Amino acid sequence: MDYAIGHLNYWLIICVMMVGLYTLMSRGNLIKKVAGLNIFQTSVILFYVSLGKLQGGTAPIVSPEFVLYANPLPQVLMLTAIVVGVATTALGFALIVRIKEAYGSMDESEINRMDGTGT
Amino acid sequence: MSLLINLFLLGFLLIIAIAVMRIHNLMAMAMLFGLYSLLVSGLFVVLDAPDVAFTEAAVGTGISTVLMLVTLASLRNSHEARYPGRLKKGPLLLSLLMGAMLVYGTHDIARLGEPSAPVHQQVGKHYVEKGQQETGIPNLVTAVLASYRGFDTLGEVTVVLTAGLAVLMLLTRPRKPHIKMEARNDP
Repeated sequence: MDYAIGHLNYWLIICVMMVGLYTLMSRGNLIKKVAGLNIFQTSVILFYVSLGKLQGGTAPIVSPEFVLYANPLPQVLMLTAIVVGVATTALGFALIVRIKEAYGSMDESEINRMDGTGT
Repeated sequence: MSLLINLFLLGFLLIIAIAVMRIHNLMAMAMLFGLYSLLVSGLFVVLDAPDVAFTEAAVGTGISTVLMLVTLASLRNSHEARYPGRLKKGPLLLSLLMGAMLVYGTHDIARLGEPSAPVHQQVGKHYVEKGQQETGIPNLVTAVLASYRGFDTLGEVTVVLTAGLAVLMLLTRPRKPHIKMEARNDP
């Protein structure tokens, strides 16, 4: 029981991650795919930050009143990941706009049909 | 108590993620996606990461949602094509398999907030104990970001610059090729 309570956080994050992955793979609409990719990425970030949490700790800002702090290292790495993630999302949206201009569609199966590859 | 709030917010997060997957109106999806990011930044506060929460609220909730809305507005097509009765088995199976493997992998991770976890023993411990002394900055996240790992931030700026240049090149191309519609009839 203790084991389950301590790990439930990770399991729920993995569930969200898999919803994102399934959205990315199964939906034909390109915008939906980018949203799925974003959900996947955010849940990975959440997973890392939750690894840095310390029982009874506080935010990592040094003050004489506190002794225990959360681990700052995962937080710093994920801070970088969030900004890079938004940059790549912007690139993805720009590609979708160009695809829509060229093909007149943003549905994967329609684009494949125009290219004559797959269904 | 904080664990209870954490799990409660994560439950909401799962519901919104499923709603994003199932909804067909893309404008509504963009709104749900903004809500998703806001919930994530709330979770960061519960997990003692206020700096990450600020960034997620500004960049994830703000810029990402605005980008999605701008894209939808310029595409003038806010509905997803429907394929009734088509549950894709391959992706579902792959997701379930990968999820099961990841859950199996968490078996070796220490419980949430466990002080004896390896994460809290190595370099993180040094940052917490000596960080302020060595850099003079009370906020340890800033100390690590700008002082110990300054090159990471330089790399991040490089990636953002490259992505910005690529977006500009994609959207401001003078001659834009068009795929002919007759190609649709080809096998």
